[in-house]
Amino acid sequence: MYRIESAARLADRVYEYWIHAPHVARHARAGQFLIVRLHEKGERIPLTISAARGDAVRVIFMTVGKTTEELATLQAGESIMDVAGPLGRPSEIGNYGTCCVVGGGVGIASTPPIAAELKRAGNHVIGIIGARSADLLILEDEMREICDELYITTDDGSRGVHGFASDVLKRLLEERTIDRVWIIGPAIMMKVTSAVTAPAGVKTYVSLNPIMVDGTGMCGSCRVSVGGETKFACVDGPEFDAHQVDFDNLMQRQRIYTSQEKTAFERFAEHRCRCGEGGEQHG
Amino acid sequence: MGERPAEIRIHDFEEVDLGLSHDEAVAEAERCLQCKKPLCVKGCPVGIDIPGFVHQVAEGNFPAAARSLKDQNMLPAICGRVCPQETQCEGVCVLGNKETPIRIGALERFVADWERQNNPTLPDVARPTGKRVAVVGSGPAGLTAAADLARAGHAVTIFESLHEAGGVLAYGIPAFRLPKDIVRAEIEQVLALGVRLKKNHLVGMSVGLDELLGYDAVFLATGAGLPAFMGIPGENLNGVYSANEFLTRVNLMHADAFPEYDTPVLHAGRVAVIGGGNVAMDAARVARRLGAKVYLIYRRGEEEMPARRAEVVHAKEEGIEFLTCTNPIRILGKGGVTGIECVKMSLCEMDASGRRSPEPIEGSGFTLDVDMVIQAIGTSPNPLLVSLIPGLERGRKGNVVVDKNGRTSIPHVYAGGDIATGAATVIEAMGTAKRAAAAINAMLKGE
Repeated sequence: MYRIESAARLADRVYEYWIHAPHVARHARAGQFLIVRLHEKGERIPLTISAARGDAVRVIFMTVGKTTEELATLQAGESIMDVAGPLGRPSEIGNYGTCCVVGGGVGIASTPPIAAELKRAGNHVIGIIGARSADLLILEDEMREICDELYITTDDGSRGVHGFASDVLKRLLEERTIDRVWIIGPAIMMKVTSAVTAPAGVKTYVSLNPIMVDGTGMCGSCRVSVGGETKFACVDGPEFDAHQVDFDNLMQRQRIYTSQEKTAFERFAEHRCRCGEGGEQHG
Repeated sequence: MGERPAEIRIHDFEEVDLGLSHDEAVAEAERCLQCKKPLCVKGCPVGIDIPGFVHQVAEGNFPAAARSLKDQNMLPAICGRVCPQETQCEGVCVLGNKETPIRIGALERFVADWERQNNPTLPDVARPTGKRVAVVGSGPAGLTAAADLARAGHAVTIFESLHEAGGVLAYGIPAFRLPKDIVRAEIEQVLALGVRLKKNHLVGMSVGLDELLGYDAVFLATGAGLPAFMGIPGENLNGVYSANEFLTRVNLMHADAFPEYDTPVLHAGRVAVIGGGNVAMDAARVARRLGAKVYLIYRRGEEEMPARRAEVVHAKEEGIEFLTCTNPIRILGKGGVTGIECVKMSLCEMDASGRRSPEPIEGSGFTLDVDMVIQAIGTSPNPLLVSLIPGLERGRKGNVVVDKNGRTSIPHVYAGGDIATGAATVIEAMGTAKRAAAAINAMLKGE
């Protein structure tokens, strides 16, 4: 069992948890993820490692289905049955010159460790973080601390630049030389944003988030098409060359269990409702 | 011994084979000729004293029979169920020349089940040696080596990357062939010898190589978990699974009990399973139990299938339709799977010279309407850890190169099971693990 050291709500449906998991925390590198299983009947879901400190790791997640909703009900002091990791290859950190780290929505959670390691490697680091609106923007202070420059965008203009992260990235590419770009966010955001760096031929990494089971290369659930070849995101990635990724196939495969996910969520919501009415209690 | 009828068992995951009764076991054991030079023992990869335990069964002394089994094999209830006895101990039984061989597997299972229900006893454990051994992987090889090394007095830690121990016993073999409470009970027996189990620990990731190589000895048993895909168009459509994924979702994650369990699996009306081994049979029979009409597509003839004959028979009884001498060339669909395009193969049956190369017959193409495809065409050694260890020699197929005692190119590092041999059987993995454990023990004692 792995104890939740702290639990906080960062924004609507976005939560930040610190979990005691020494075997993960002591070895975690930027770009890696972990897998949690909440309880005996739980599924295994991957979550990006957003920070590691001592024997604890931070995960930041948005409630998008049954398991993340259930995770969000856990309080500090409660435990998660299984935490495995760190998994996946670390980001390809090097001294490239000027690097841009772009985070969209809850994908911003992955950006601080990458930005920090790039900074330590001697790069000039530009951060761009974007969200639908100001209240959904997370980790602004943390990213401002790490990055040499930080740009903020919101779709509705409620904070920073009115528009998308890709708009800012495009402008920066026109103004100066950028040597490497990292983009982390929803699949559609990564597809659109990485299209901006393709004409200039700037090497761009995206962190893919397909459905996984074991996370160790054993099942192939997370297979993605990269440069026409099938890769396993869990062991060959999760970061890949953005300009080689078949995003449409990724998005198609993310929808495999849409109807089952709905069933599981409705069942969970109904159960939670009954609890709220003073009926059945959580065990 | 009986089997549950196909029309009943296809609706659940309960065991197919019901095992022997007390009287049946004794009667079967009494048939044993107690050969002076028993061939059966030579046919057993872990060298069980077969005439010894069979004699004890004939005398009705089941506790003694259980001790005899466990002396060489801490997983007898598992082996009694999944070993291919027909090609091993039973295959060489002299009774087989005139009548039927002794049903050694059924007797092993009977004794192990009897003992589990009647106060299991543990083998003796030697005094602590102060030596520490790391075992990587908790499948059949890892468990076997861990048990032998713990009995020799060494402090053994098993690292397992999943949340449950057992490797292929947990995620691969379905409950109707190998009930999971039995797997858990036999693993508990291994742990009761003093073996530490660290779950959720992926060596090389959660455990540094320095830490691993800092043990007095290391046994690598990471298995052949990497699934092969055919490389045909349409493979990344929704509804195409590796057998590993399909079986893991059901066996390990209990997707058959969704939504009570959180992990889903697609339910299809018509499923094509590709392959002819035990894993293909398992995948087909699981898909059948989830309610599908199942086709099994194999590019050679039925006689050439590597699966155990009994599993082929079980699959057929359960209504799996075999399409032999057939090869898939494309999976059809948009988003999800709608069909699979196949060709018939010539030269698909074995000739006198061995296995010929099947070739497609021109104009024989046809399309099968299915909404799920499961590929069970084999697995290869898991590269994740072994590719990280500097100086560890590997073969062309990614396997760790070992000598007959499991020694690798690094002095205190040994390997066994599928990571060394490539995909093989549970009992072969256990055999390699026993030899490696003996060599590790000798090394640690300075012999």
